[in-house]
Amino acid sequence: MALDQSFVGRSYPPTDPYEVGREKIREFAEAVGDTNPAYTDPDAAKALGYPDVIAPPTFVFSITFKAAGDVVRDPQLGLDYSRVVHGDQRFAYTRPVRAGDRLTVTSTIEAVKSMAGNDILDVRGEVHDETGEHVVTAWTKLVARAAEEA
Amino acid sequence: MAAKIAYADVEVGTELPAQTFQVTRATLVQYAGASGDFNPIHWNEKFAVEVGLPDVIAHGMFTMAEAVRVVTDWVGDPGAVAEYGVRFTKPVVVPNDDEGATIEVSGKVAAKLDDNTVRVDLLATSAGQKVLGMSRALVRLA
Repeated sequence: MALDQSFVGRSYPPTDPYEVGREKIREFAEAVGDTNPAYTDPDAAKALGYPDVIAPPTFVFSITFKAAGDVVRDPQLGLDYSRVVHGDQRFAYTRPVRAGDRLTVTSTIEAVKSMAGNDILDVRGEVHDETGEHVVTAWTKLVARAAEEA
Repeated sequence: MAAKIAYADVEVGTELPAQTFQVTRATLVQYAGASGDFNPIHWNEKFAVEVGLPDVIAHGMFTMAEAVRVVTDWVGDPGAVAEYGVRFTKPVVVPNDDEGATIEVSGKVAAKLDDNTVRVDLLATSAGQKVLGMSRALVRLA
């Protein structure tokens, strides 16, 4: 089913704040086997110039993808979420995410396309901290694979 | 910001130390919990096969997280990464055994840009196949 083109450019209200915790960052770093002390040792992070431990570069995806999920499940859009795979992912950072951040995500649908029966959706998530400063932008390309012929 | 690599010390073609990452089913369960991505294609063989996959596959974001370690381990300060993007071209298939799968990642400086920034191009393969495409990071060096 072709997606509704009128959704291009549509923005969604900012999410409720996500509070980044030291232990959540530690859990993520351990799950990817990354022992960089900047993720777990506040003194090591301070030595690099940060006020608290920072998160690995891809940590923020958990937050932006949840926000994007609310967008792609918008019933008016008509995307078959059960057939969605992750196509591309890109991040542009103003600064690393760090413990103590209270982050909100504002999602915008950048593009809606159909190619070879696949529906392709580009979602941009702008992440800001509690002071309104930009932290990171995440671009996520989702592909809903064409349903097999019955 | 405290990158331990100086812009003046790298050239186009400078290779970053390559790394190999092992991923087993246990790794995927742990990553699912830490990331909140509980899609059953990453832990349930029956489900994965039903939706047309050869077996359980790793989270694309897990592979993305591992690949950038070649950059962050090289530069020391993970906050030196200004941009990072990938295309998920092939899944990393993770068999249900003690070995699991391995992901091999190499990287090299592809361009020297303004503001002490370099572009690093990464190559990630598993079982001889390229699993990430257009895998690039912009990194601010000292």
